[in-house]
Amino acid sequence: MMPAALVVFWKEVRENLRDRRTVLNTLVTGPLLTPLLFVLIVNAAITRELDKAEKPLPVPIAGAANAPNLVAELKQHNVEVKDAPDDPVEAVRAGDADLVLRIPADFDAAWRDGKPAQVELVYDQSQRDAQASVARLQGLLEQYSQRTGALRLLARGISPEIIRPLVIANRDQSTAQTRSGVLFGMLPYFFILSVFVGGAALAIDTTAGERERQSLEPLLANPVPRTHILLGKLGATSAFATTTLTLSIIAFSIAGHFLPVEKLGTSLRLDLHFALSTLLAMLPLVFLLASLQTLAAAFAKSFREAQTYLSLLMLVPVLPTLLLSLFPPKAQTWMYAVPLMSQQIAVTRLLRGDAVTLMPFALCVACTAFAALCAFVLTAQVYRRERLAISG
Amino acid sequence: MIQVRDLHKAFGAIRAVDGVSFAARDGEITGLLGPNGAGKTTTLRMLYTLMKPDAGVVLVDGIDAAMDPLAVRRRLGVLPDARGLYKRLTARENIDYFARLHALNAATRTARIEALAGALDMADILDRPAEGFSQGQRVKTAIARALVHDPRNVILDEPINGLDVMATRSMRTFMRHLKDEGRCVLFSSHIMQEVGALCDRIVVIARGRVVADDSPAALRAQTGTANLEDAFVKIIGSEEGLVA
Repeated sequence: MMPAALVVFWKEVRENLRDRRTVLNTLVTGPLLTPLLFVLIVNAAITRELDKAEKPLPVPIAGAANAPNLVAELKQHNVEVKDAPDDPVEAVRAGDADLVLRIPADFDAAWRDGKPAQVELVYDQSQRDAQASVARLQGLLEQYSQRTGALRLLARGISPEIIRPLVIANRDQSTAQTRSGVLFGMLPYFFILSVFVGGAALAIDTTAGERERQSLEPLLANPVPRTHILLGKLGATSAFATTTLTLSIIAFSIAGHFLPVEKLGTSLRLDLHFALSTLLAMLPLVFLLASLQTLAAAFAKSFREAQTYLSLLMLVPVLPTLLLSLFPPKAQTWMYAVPLMSQQIAVTRLLRGDAVTLMPFALCVACTAFAALCAFVLTAQVYRRERLAISG
Repeated sequence: MIQVRDLHKAFGAIRAVDGVSFAARDGEITGLLGPNGAGKTTTLRMLYTLMKPDAGVVLVDGIDAAMDPLAVRRRLGVLPDARGLYKRLTARENIDYFARLHALNAATRTARIEALAGALDMADILDRPAEGFSQGQRVKTAIARALVHDPRNVILDEPINGLDVMATRSMRTFMRHLKDEGRCVLFSSHIMQEVGALCDRIVVIARGRVVADDSPAALRAQTGTANLEDAFVKIIGSEEGLVA
């Protein structure tokens, strides 16, 4: 004889597998859309960065005739000299030009006298697109200035080293994996989102939907404790969410290989170890979110109201994820005890190829599982309320 | 056998059920008659343990519903006011779901579903998805699913509601069939003719209280009226909520 919770579980699974929209959302759209979208975004970002570094840099120069040597030098470094607009300041303000280099008429006189000769770089710091170009041109000008300075010292019989008391040697400790970690800080959120999307349809259908269809009251007239019915429904919701999550991880592991990350000198570790560890870290979260979704749906009077509550609930994990990916903190042990945060940290570390040791990993799974249990107990309380079954 | 003693239930300030007592015996059809909003559905909901009474006792075959609600539900077949089906499942799957929740084995499930399909004349719709069922087909399926565990006691909340003439006739036949099998049948209605035509005993409820409890003939004699409808109006003291 099958336990009642299992009877409910299989019925919910069977019924929802017959709903084409749910199946499409849970098994196709949910798992595939997010990784694909993510790949597209990252791909565009990478391509843009690469373009900026290698392509000729077009620079409108006003008064190029005032400093032919400087302009020749810039041309050697792949700068494409353009005609300057009539009003450089206005052109930059309007966004018609990323930057304009202006060489005043007295440049040549100052240069000959050995005095600091001024050039003006007109740009808009708030234009993110222009930042890379501005930095590149500044670097070229700086280089030219230093080399000319050194030559002048040599002409006077002084070693140029006298004006370089300090030498900075950069020793970047980031590895290919850690650099990609920053890039992929949003990834855990996409996995959490896929859990949400995968479970939402069932969480609504099995509670608010069942009440709206007027089938909850007859169901509760059966000789089965409500907790068992709830357990079966949560099981079905979790099963769909887990399916979406698993497919999402698989899809991402495949799609990740199409990212030109090696061009950035980084690499991703998208192997079986990553996939399985991520799945394990997320599993208790699946049950936690299923409980919370069911809880929210149980409060709703109708299908539509439940959808509204669930969309609001979906915003909850956005905040910590956004904060953590914008301001990555130093991972501390207590963070592994906080659901959502712990998955965020663990998955990001796994992606970077860092080892997550057994203790923090166990803490992550155990604490989220405990939170899931609390959410279940709370939902069971709501399920026991008299008003739950009353449709009208 | 269903016994109800001094049942009370209030929602905030509204006393929906205010001291209801009656008994529904085996082999009899008992009608719970009353205008809309008299407290019929709330009373029935306390019988099948969906709601807890504020005070009073419900006994089903001598079992106290407050002490052992699961045992009580096992002995009841319930057609609630809400009778939605799962539209993506066939009629058979709908019935089978409840049979499994009653922990019936496979052979019993098949036998009971065939027997009920015969009695309710629904063999032709058994393997069709419930989506697109007529009101009558829906009620038949809902009743089959409520009775799949062969309960001794049957509670039907407004079973005739929304049925056409033919469906109403077959429902009546089916209820008499349940009575002839020796079951205790308790149903609620606000429609006079139904109650008069079917019941061995009528319990009239108005404003949360039992205002009469007798056989149809006795009620007519008691009020000195020849027809039941006049008796009913006389008993509840108004024509409010009365639909003929």
